[in-house]
Amino acid sequence: MNWPLEAFLSFLAAGAFGIIFNIPRKTLISCGLVGMSGWLFYRSYFLLFDDPIQATFAGAFIVAIVAHILAKTFKMPMIIFSVAGIIPLVPGSRAYNAMRNIVENDYMEAVDFAVQALMISGAIAMGLVFAEVIMQLYFKYQAKRTQKKMGFTQE
Amino acid sequence: MAEISEVRRELALDCFLLAGKVMMESGAETYRVEDTMIRMAVSQNMMDSHCFVTPAGIMFSPSNDLPTRFVRIHGRRTDLERVARVNAVSRRLVAGQLTLQQAYEEMTEIEKNHYLFPLWLQVLAAAVASACFLILMGGGWADIPFAFVIGGIGFYIVEMVLIKTRVKFFAEFIGAVAIGTLAVLAVYSGFGNDPDTIIIGSVMPLVPGLLITNAVRDMMAGHFVSGLSMGAEAFLTAFAIGAGIAIVLSF
Repeated sequence: MNWPLEAFLSFLAAGAFGIIFNIPRKTLISCGLVGMSGWLFYRSYFLLFDDPIQATFAGAFIVAIVAHILAKTFKMPMIIFSVAGIIPLVPGSRAYNAMRNIVENDYMEAVDFAVQALMISGAIAMGLVFAEVIMQLYFKYQAKRTQKKMGFTQE
Repeated sequence: MAEISEVRRELALDCFLLAGKVMMESGAETYRVEDTMIRMAVSQNMMDSHCFVTPAGIMFSPSNDLPTRFVRIHGRRTDLERVARVNAVSRRLVAGQLTLQQAYEEMTEIEKNHYLFPLWLQVLAAAVASACFLILMGGGWADIPFAFVIGGIGFYIVEMVLIKTRVKFFAEFIGAVAIGTLAVLAVYSGFGNDPDTIIIGSVMPLVPGLLITNAVRDMMAGHFVSGLSMGAEAFLTAFAIGAGIAIVLSF
């Protein structure tokens, strides 16, 4: 695997998707970085453990975490950053293979691919959910700490 | 609680509903729209306001004894810049940096304008994304020009059909048919190597990424009505693309 090449390509692809979704111009670069980190994490997990579903979960998780952090920094909605990063993880090739096998009347093979595509979509959703919950807990904890520092106590 | 005059209250309601409408039309999540509207209402001393947002319309009730207002949301068009701008205005209103009148003027300004990138740039972006995905999905370098051109053409066709017919699924179906046909032709004429990776790379710009993320986040926030409807839209889009490709492959 060619790391710099894949990093560059995923950066470019996520930035291009940023243009398609018309995200604010000054966030294009950070959006590309989100896509790059998600894809690189996904690829390295995939190469290490050879499980596309877990790898997609990890990739989506990283995308959402980075997007949350950037959203706090830029004070902008979180979807601006996460949306382009999610796209490379979408199981396009598996859905395509499922479709092709259906057309070729090879239904057993098609079901195999379709179930994989479904599981990977679920993994993307779970990755987003986990990251969201963890970040919310973290932000709540942080807010409480600042409140304590400033002398407010909560009943 | 401070008494709010009639005119000012109407202005505040107009402002909230406009903000919600613009955000919903530009592809924000439902729960974010509700959250923004309630925050703005609280900043204007409307403490017990209620708000119900669906992808088709927004209902907003300022308090128990005042009339409820409703706006209908027509077409949706992904334009995240508008979401970010409305969000910034509402933040400034809540922080007290803007008066209600100023905020309303800025909202109308945002509503009138579109901040979309020019179409040629979007087509170019789709072409670049297609070429990148071709390599990322394991395609060969020789196929790059085909993915670049076909991805751009497919995106352009979808946009054009969408403008002409206003039926999203039909547009995506036609786009997928065009992509499949062109990719098969490229390989058939002896220039392209692998139709599979060319097709996969080229349909990537049509994938409903925003709908998937929004559906998941809305479902998590407990907005099942909009979560399910957005999920259904994402599924139908994916199905339209798949059907378009399948038709080409079956010949």
